[in-house]
Amino acid sequence: MNSPDAEDPGPSGPFFEEMHASDGSVRKPYDQLAAWLEHTPLEELRRKQHEAEALFRRIGITFAVYTEGGDPEKLIPFDIIPRLLSASEWSFLERGLAQRTRALNAFLADVYHGQEILRAGHLPAELVLANDAYRPEMQGVDLPGGIYSHISGLDLVRTGESDFYVLEDNCRTPSGVSYMLEDREVSMRLFPDLLANHRVRPVEYYPDELLRTLRETAPPGASADPVVVVLTPGIYNSAYYEHSFLADKMGAELVEGQDLFVENNQVFMRTTTGPRKVDVIYRRVDDDFLDPLVFDPDSLLGVPGLLNAYRAGQVSLANAVGSGLADDKAIYSYVPDMIRFYLAEEPLLANVPTWRCGEADNLAYVRDHLHELVVKEVHGSGGYGMLIGPRSTRAEQEAYAARIAAAPHQFIAQPTLALSACPTLVEEGIAPRHVDFRPFVLSSGKETRIVPGGLCRVALRKGSLVVNSSQGGGTKDTWVLEPPAPPPPDDA
Amino acid sequence: MLVEVFHRTEYRYAEPAHYTIQSLRLTPSSTGTQQIRDWFVDTGHPGPLPAFVDSFGNLTHTFTQRGPHDSVRIVARGRVWTEDNGGVLRNTPEPFPLPGYLRPTALTTPTPALQELARAHDKGPGKEVETLHGLMNAIRAAIAYRTGETDARTTAADALARGSGVCQDHAHVFATACRLLGLPARYVSGYLIASDDPHATHTAAHAWAEAHVPEIGWIGFDVSNGVCPGEGYVRLAVGLDYREAAPIRGIQRGGTGEDLTVEVRVAAAASQQ
Repeated sequence: MNSPDAEDPGPSGPFFEEMHASDGSVRKPYDQLAAWLEHTPLEELRRKQHEAEALFRRIGITFAVYTEGGDPEKLIPFDIIPRLLSASEWSFLERGLAQRTRALNAFLADVYHGQEILRAGHLPAELVLANDAYRPEMQGVDLPGGIYSHISGLDLVRTGESDFYVLEDNCRTPSGVSYMLEDREVSMRLFPDLLANHRVRPVEYYPDELLRTLRETAPPGASADPVVVVLTPGIYNSAYYEHSFLADKMGAELVEGQDLFVENNQVFMRTTTGPRKVDVIYRRVDDDFLDPLVFDPDSLLGVPGLLNAYRAGQVSLANAVGSGLADDKAIYSYVPDMIRFYLAEEPLLANVPTWRCGEADNLAYVRDHLHELVVKEVHGSGGYGMLIGPRSTRAEQEAYAARIAAAPHQFIAQPTLALSACPTLVEEGIAPRHVDFRPFVLSSGKETRIVPGGLCRVALRKGSLVVNSSQGGGTKDTWVLEPPAPPPPDDA
Repeated sequence: MLVEVFHRTEYRYAEPAHYTIQSLRLTPSSTGTQQIRDWFVDTGHPGPLPAFVDSFGNLTHTFTQRGPHDSVRIVARGRVWTEDNGGVLRNTPEPFPLPGYLRPTALTTPTPALQELARAHDKGPGKEVETLHGLMNAIRAAIAYRTGETDARTTAADALARGSGVCQDHAHVFATACRLLGLPARYVSGYLIASDDPHATHTAAHAWAEAHVPEIGWIGFDVSNGVCPGEGYVRLAVGLDYREAAPIRGIQRGGTGEDLTVEVRVAAAASQQ
């Protein structure tokens, strides 16, 4: 739909530059980095960029991108210039992320139990109960800690000094955390001194936190030392690298459906020394392909009987079956109401204003303003199938309008946000490019854990707002800085 | 009436299977119009079958067998006291939210033909019972009862287009039409005394549908027989469609050359106590 050569006006007004304030001065967290960029020759930066690519090749991180004729083992471009967040910025985000994730989990628990929020009329019952992502099989199922989204990837964008928005919630099977870890590893090799001088908070312990979270989520009957496995659809999955990477870092077995079986409502893993009981499955397989005994009877993937064991409380799945409901972009528009309803708090992180095309007056507005809106499918992801009004042709808008008219409930629209931009190494030198940010929130019901960092995606084409790796985006390391240094301790 | 049920399902394999797993929804619940006197599910294996109660209130057992086996035999049998209430149900376990029964499923996805069928019999608010009887009769006329032409994968739309099917297809079409009219509806699997001969055997369990009417509650409609279920019926399991209410849903590994035998006997108990 959007060819690389297409005219790309980007946001119609000015945008927030994270390194430079509007008066041209350097914003505080970027003091050191700006100076460093100033005195480092461009050739040196290019050399570092090549070194980074070589490192990635050696580590082997790839991401199969579904584009025609694309190299399936293509590297996602890594931009060597980090994005910086001050301690106070992070502390605000951290509180907002924890709050939102709490509300999302409360919503999922409510929807699959008493449905108080529907009874109270805060969101239409149909939006939940007729939703493809709602799983009737999960109704009334009690889960350890009442947690559905153990690993939540919330996509944040920024438009101003203190204006952060949540663009979408990913509670199904959010991916991308391996980039956070590998980008940092590469940064450490490229810029050990710069990193040390910045007092950047570490992210390397994410796999330990993930393992802790998964173990805390084990069913009540599990042993004190619960067995955790990572379930992958296999090597052809676009995120297979991440599955094997995380399993490896956690010291957990990486398994496919055929490696597991159910007996007496318990799940076992086949091992060379015989069957071994499994307590927690970090599953990176979609609901539909988990269990042919419950979902698609023709699926060859999955573990027959898994859902029976799960519903009998004999095994835990992370994330829970049916958690994808929270990713629906029409349901997204109600998250601020959820925060007020379940937590009796005001939302810390803002939602992007959203028009639900399923509502007649909204639909009329969207139809008349297609040229300035971003329109998305409620179940869409990966940046596929959306319309970016300002950079679409009249013909594309008309074709899209016809799709909306055919199934208005399947679409939402949002204003085109002027995403913030960070200094990025591109062909013409260092230039601002638009970014987003996906931090990962871990919830076990006992504790909420957020590693200070996340997947930062950057739209490498000038003016482009599409950061998805499937659409030509790259990644950046995000450096969350320690609070301003206290007086140095005695040789600690 | 005291109804006696015997339901045997037997799979035989020419080449042995090495793994079998089945969800068994073979245990009826007591309601205001049926009371379980005694009930047994026998898989031929000692020890208790692990179980859980699903979203719709069905007690669901999981049966697994590992290691080579050339047959699996599941028997459900028992006695259930039933009352005739004109098809209107009382005190059914209802863990699933009522509006959830408006949800379409893969087997009950609406099409223009189904919409037309539903609309043609819509008598409007306050006349839901008439609407439902009209639908039952119309579906019975539109889909002739013929076995062997449809299977477990046949959708409501397919059955309507084909014009023939079995009780399962009738129930799917009925439930789809109800939902299109805003009436919550569900699929019911169960048993029916279909003959005066107490020794008559059938080769399948029965299925019908239930619709929810304001002020009245759930009402059963057996499209295949054109009646609302009375005391000759035993409700076994409910769900949005066949897949969720099937008495047995299973998968086996290995085990080629499957030969399936089903024997169902449902009769008024000789001694009505």
